[in-house]
Amino acid sequence: MKRLALILALLLAPLTARAEIDIEQVTSPGGIDAWLVAEPAIPFVALEIIIDGGATLDQPGKRGATNLMMGLLEEGAGDMDARQFQTAREGLAASFGFDTRDDSVVITARFLTENRDAAVDLLRKALTEPRFDQDALDRVRGQVLSGIRSNATDPNSIAGRTFDREAFGDHPYGSPVSGTAESVTGLTRDDIVTAHRNALVRSRVHVGAAGDITPSALGPLLDDLLGNLPAEGPARPGPAGFALDGGTTVVDFETPQSVALFGHRGLARDDEDFFAAYILNEILGGRGVQSRLMEEVREKRGLTYGVSTYLVPKDHAALYLGNVASANDRIAQAIAVIRDEWARMADEGVTAEELAEAKTYLTGAYPLRFDGNAAIAGILAGMQATDLPPDYVENRNGYIEAVTLEEINRVAAELLAPEALHFVVVGQPEGVE
Amino acid sequence: MRFLAALAVALGLTSALHADEVTTTTLDNGLEVVVIEDHRAPVAVHMLWYRAGSADEPPASSGIAHFLEHLMFKGTETMEPGEFGDIVAAQGGSDNAFTSYDYTAYFQRVAADRLSLMMRLEADRMTNLAVTEEDITTERGVILEERNQRVENSPNALAREQMRAAQYLNHGYGVPIIGWKHEMEQLGMQDALDFYDLYYSPNNAVLVVAGDVEPDEVVALARENYGTIPREPDLPERARPQEPPQSAARRLVFEDPRVSQPYLTRSYLAPERDSGAQDKAAALTYLAELLGGSSFNSTLAVALQFDSQTAVYTSAYYSGRSLDDTTFGLTVVPEPGVTLQEAEDAMDAAIAEFLDTGIDADRLERLRTQLRASQIYARDNVQGLARRYGAALTQGLTVADVQAWPEVLQSVTEEDIMAAAREVLSRDRSVTGWVVPDREVLQ
Repeated sequence: MKRLALILALLLAPLTARAEIDIEQVTSPGGIDAWLVAEPAIPFVALEIIIDGGATLDQPGKRGATNLMMGLLEEGAGDMDARQFQTAREGLAASFGFDTRDDSVVITARFLTENRDAAVDLLRKALTEPRFDQDALDRVRGQVLSGIRSNATDPNSIAGRTFDREAFGDHPYGSPVSGTAESVTGLTRDDIVTAHRNALVRSRVHVGAAGDITPSALGPLLDDLLGNLPAEGPARPGPAGFALDGGTTVVDFETPQSVALFGHRGLARDDEDFFAAYILNEILGGRGVQSRLMEEVREKRGLTYGVSTYLVPKDHAALYLGNVASANDRIAQAIAVIRDEWARMADEGVTAEELAEAKTYLTGAYPLRFDGNAAIAGILAGMQATDLPPDYVENRNGYIEAVTLEEINRVAAELLAPEALHFVVVGQPEGVE
Repeated sequence: MRFLAALAVALGLTSALHADEVTTTTLDNGLEVVVIEDHRAPVAVHMLWYRAGSADEPPASSGIAHFLEHLMFKGTETMEPGEFGDIVAAQGGSDNAFTSYDYTAYFQRVAADRLSLMMRLEADRMTNLAVTEEDITTERGVILEERNQRVENSPNALAREQMRAAQYLNHGYGVPIIGWKHEMEQLGMQDALDFYDLYYSPNNAVLVVAGDVEPDEVVALARENYGTIPREPDLPERARPQEPPQSAARRLVFEDPRVSQPYLTRSYLAPERDSGAQDKAAALTYLAELLGGSSFNSTLAVALQFDSQTAVYTSAYYSGRSLDDTTFGLTVVPEPGVTLQEAEDAMDAAIAEFLDTGIDADRLERLRTQLRASQIYARDNVQGLARRYGAALTQGLTVADVQAWPEVLQSVTEEDIMAAAREVLSRDRSVTGWVVPDREVLQ
């Protein structure tokens, strides 16, 4: 069966190497660009709007303002207070999401064809006429502070905060998007108004849409929705220095399983070696149980439930990170195996067979991402936010295929720096210095 | 779950497809086949569900259903460990598995023209599993680390275990799916094989295929790949220990220094969806929405977060999808300075007032609209639909029940909801838990 299955797999290749979607570029009468995949089969539309800037636009001493502001957009707008706004939304069976990230804010929406205009009008009010009533502000602030309290004793959250602080110091990347108890407690309504003015700006908008709507209907909809936003925003911060060297930081925390976050510098998304690094990561720790780290740490030794690595190309810094968790008396062994594999990969690179397998997986998996309106709207907005052209969808597998063994192994030697790898370990690890 | 995926699959709200997009067949060996068509993308989801979950485990071997799920990736008489996943990955596909109280399921997501290969691999491991003692030792380490990650490192998860153990006096639902640690440490080869040999059989399984597929072709492929596997003649009737009448309110205080935000949670034993009799579960679905489903308009949110500053968070929870008695749950996270006793009193007062005054007609209509709309939105996620059917069919429901559910929901009246509320919100069948860093906060 083993051989037979593999032969069959080869016979079936190559897989449909292109995503079967048709992206239409739409420019609204007011000049807002959007990408659309029209799919009338189900009578609703999914929208995703990414606006560059995000929590890095927090003013000095006002960390968490953008996050709190986004949380308040659905808490009253125009002539409606929070409960009236939500009553209207529930009646339309529309759903809106407001998310804050390091480099962007993200608005997602899903609404039925039968009441599209009313739903868009409601979302427009949230984006352009939020009230920021004091009672809503205090209530949502209480929720954010509750989350901050919970994170204070969550090992994964402690590890993330420690790593970011040691790596980025005073740059916004060095502290959580949600802010600290102190900074959030100090935020005023004026701070929220400022955050709104700074974060929601038209020139930084990227729109993806999918579902039951035509290009000619989408344009005016976007003008209604976003046309009243200010055109320009404040300058974004400069590059973030990365201050972490190789070594280990242990944060003592009484819990049976140690949690480790590790990493060093990575590669920018527009680096010409990005695809080679992307495939390299798949092989080292990105592709679930098929990765080298999972094979060595979990499958062979049973030291963890999961170990994974990921490239994190932020707008002002690039990281290569990973995480693992093992019982306090086994984490030292897991870390040693990871360090060894990091060094082995830097020295020896990947094999031709590993590269071929990773390419087959990545090129085969790519078209499978485009299933469902919500998924497609997110991909379209994300592509624009990373400056990719629409035909990237057709060419992307070609970029993967073009990476050679020499190239990926050169990148392995350049990118992977075992001596620079820093581990933050939260728990009571035995034998970890 | 064998491993945590980077992106969790969000389950949609309750709904069903129009009847003619779902086809069902039963093969001669008892395997049920469900096909859900969605031709928007050239993708298929292949899921094999077994009617065997943690609540079917023999005594003193808790966690064996989930441990076996892990071992199913360790190879067969003709496949190397890990080879299954390698082949799926070579197709650009992804695969994983999950275990619950009532079922264990295995799935792959692939290009639609790879379905036949997936069936061959899955059928192979239904009968030809080959595990070594070394696999047992290594993988037992993995599931213990999984328990560390999901439970031992999370005071909330530890508190939930204690709550469920107190809620169920007799049923296996009181035992964690992943198992009690001291029993997991003792799980061995024979435990796994006994469970496998008895339950992993075509007459105890449901095959769900969803996506860009034609029903006739799927059934033909299923016959070819699964049809030759003999049925298990000794498959027992699925009768598990049931709950006796519960007649005493239970209370517990769970203390853990890692709790930084004290909260209280209450659960009530509640009826589940039964085949042909889903009305009460439908009423309870509304009740959960009315009491705690909206952060703005639910009874608890209005009373504890708007009319008073008692809580930072409130919610109510109910899922009728369960083979045996399920639970109805409430959670309140108090504002700083509000004691758990004050928060609990406020919660009980809000519920008492709800039982007194009844339901706002507009709010009920808005919920009906939302539940109707959720049918439309759910069609966007074909894997979610596949899960819905697979879970239902392994939890005592039929395809007809799943398809009737939206109509059952639409026909619920205010009287139905109030009657269900009075029946279910009974102290004698409840557990109330306070989760705190230290008992001193109770002083």
